[in-house]
Amino acid sequence: MPVDLDARVVSNVRLSADYNVVHLEAPSLAADAEPGQFVMVKPTFGLRPLLRRPFSIFELLTDAGGTPTGFSLLNKRIGVGTELLYRVEIDQRIGCLGPLGAGFAAVDPPETAWMVAGGVGLAPFLTLASELKRRGTPARLFYGSRSAGDLFYLDAFTRLDVRLVLTTEDGSQGEAGLVTTPLARELERAEATRPTVYACGPTPMMRAVAALAATHDRPCQVSLEPVMGCGMGGCYSCVVPTRATPDAAVHLVRGCIDGPVFDAQRVVWDRLAPVA
Amino acid sequence: MDLSVEIGSLRLRNPLIAASGCFGYGVEYADMVDLATLGGIAVKGLFLAEREGHDPPRIVETPAGMLNAIGLQGIGVHRFVDEKLPELRARNATVIVNVCGSTIDEYVEVSRVLSDAEGVGAIELNISCPNIKAGGMTFGCSATGTRDVVQAVRRVTTLPLIPKLTPNVTDVAGIAVAAEEAGADAVSLVNTFLAMAIDVETRRPKLSNGVGGLSGPAIRPIAVRMVHECRQAVQIPIVGMGGIMTATDVLEFMIAGATAVQVGTANFIDPTIWPKLLASLEEYLGRHEVARVRDVIGTLELTEHKGWSNS
Ligand SMILES: Cc1cc2nc3c(=O)[nH]c(=O)nc-3n(C[C@H](O)[C@H](O)[C@H](O)COP(=O)(O)OP(=O)(O)OC[C@H]3O[C@@H](n4cnc5c(N)ncnc54)[C@H](O)[C@@H]3O)c2cc1C
Ligand SMILES: Cc1cc2nc3c(=O)[nH]c(=O)nc-3n(C[C@H](O)[C@H](O)[C@H](O)COP(=O)(O)O)c2cc1C
Ligand code: FES
Repeated sequence: MPVDLDARVVSNVRLSADYNVVHLEAPSLAADAEPGQFVMVKPTFGLRPLLRRPFSIFELLTDAGGTPTGFSLLNKRIGVGTELLYRVEIDQRIGCLGPLGAGFAAVDPPETAWMVAGGVGLAPFLTLASELKRRGTPARLFYGSRSAGDLFYLDAFTRLDVRLVLTTEDGSQGEAGLVTTPLARELERAEATRPTVYACGPTPMMRAVAALAATHDRPCQVSLEPVMGCGMGGCYSCVVPTRATPDAAVHLVRGCIDGPVFDAQRVVWDRLAPVA
Repeated sequence: MDLSVEIGSLRLRNPLIAASGCFGYGVEYADMVDLATLGGIAVKGLFLAEREGHDPPRIVETPAGMLNAIGLQGIGVHRFVDEKLPELRARNATVIVNVCGSTIDEYVEVSRVLSDAEGVGAIELNISCPNIKAGGMTFGCSATGTRDVVQAVRRVTTLPLIPKLTPNVTDVAGIAVAAEEAGADAVSLVNTFLAMAIDVETRRPKLSNGVGGLSGPAIRPIAVRMVHECRQAVQIPIVGMGGIMTATDVLEFMIAGATAVQVGTANFIDPTIWPKLLASLEEYLGRHEVARVRDVIGTLELTEHKGWSNS
């Protein structure tokens, strides 16, 4: 059940000129959260921005005894709200409504899990990686970004026994180019491992990943990022075009309660809103 | 303290109603909000049949407000009665159904279905949606259109009938009069203001529909003025709305003449706003030694200050 609370900022770690991680004290929210769920965040009690902004739950925080104490956000600065989140100070209060939405369905061994992240699309995968480790499911992370300075939390994934495949657009770390290139190559060879593919990132990337997964007949779950007004199913702003089978009629379903994670084959990519 | 108010034959526990389109079908919020503590819930607008609405993007934030062009996506009145109404009844919610139509016959038919169902408290006639081509605002923009819809629906229902007025007219009070003369039990206002936002990089509208309706604090002073104008023109109760965020805003509408109010956009920002608004409302009544909230309605002082102190 979602809770609405004013979470205390415990720390704000700047990772780069655009990325930061905000740690928030919110035990009741963290206690319930599942991988891939999100939180509607109100970074100011003023009117700018007016509406809350959706964020993935990045890490779940616990005390030494394992009791949930809160969660963190991986934030990328792109506008008014994310700018405020980049600048938050310790002890400041941030309105948090969550956990919300339908998250990832983690697979069990002998199946394997391949996560594919583009940029800030890394955010929902740390909690998924923890869950996969708990289940003993072998996991890989294909992670692409612009350059070496934009690849974050690699150690955290390694500690969870996730095998990393990195790409940068400028070739400064890992393979040069897009993350879909090594993914395509590995899927060719993956007949034995039969992975389930999980993707989050820019829409063109997710669409390409979905197409690759379909070509290799692999299940694929994508975490979409529609613009959201409420996160609770109240406004119908966040709709995602879906269809049950390739011939079925298109239905617009609410991304905040039926998603944000969708079976990639259900998504009608041509009709997804172009994001600026 | 008595917070109850009356709209025709409908008694509300308190004057706070969730605005249509801003609270889903109510059930979406049942885990977080005790639906029985609201004065009422105006559910998302319903046509006879299911409806897909517009492609996204459907909303965009603007200064102290937002534009929406949802296009009245909805499950249709029959599925609402079968799938949502029983839960709303079980939770003791006061249900106001926002009724839409492309034609007068459709308004009549939807209203007839609702009159036959158990658990509908009132009908809010949406003759003011700016986001659809046929029906909606085309009726609410003229006194004759308003009268035609209200009269036709009046013939088929005894439920309290609340036409919802558009602010996209020069003389909203004239429309309110037409609604009253046609047999409305109350009027609600305002629906959203037709508006537009453009992405200068792409030179395209930010909404897929091109234009949308503006809501939120940005519209509040205009909405208050319109309630004030209607109060002077009609006798029937007024349900006021537009940008309400705090109990002070609720009181502003009530003093201007609203019997009850609706809260829309603010619910997106704070879904647990209801108990907070009620507590502040009670605090105000206590401070001004007013025992019944209805005694605040229409108490605007336009002459010299002789009323309550500011203490
Ligand atoms: C379920 C979900 C989870 C998300 N998780 C994260 C996360 O963990 N970390 C993170 O940094 N971001 C995440 N996002 C995206 C985040 O919500 C947006 O970046 C944020 O709303 C932008 O707010 P703003 O006020 O900074 O930008 P605004 O000032 O509102 O907009 C600035 C520019 O960004 C564009 N924009 C607005 N919303 C989006 C969007 N959803 N996607 C792409 N462009 C957009 C606008 O069109 C505009 O051009 C998530 C989104 C969803 C739906
Ligand atoms: C996303 C959204 C959807 C709406 N849908 C409806 C609707 O279905 N029927 C209706 O009569 N009004 C609808 N409205 C208008 C609101 O009920 C209300 O009149 C308006 O938003 C002004 O109030 P506010 O400023 O408190 O939001 C909608 C408003 C928004 C923001
Ligand atoms: S964000 Fe409001 S319904 Fe999904």
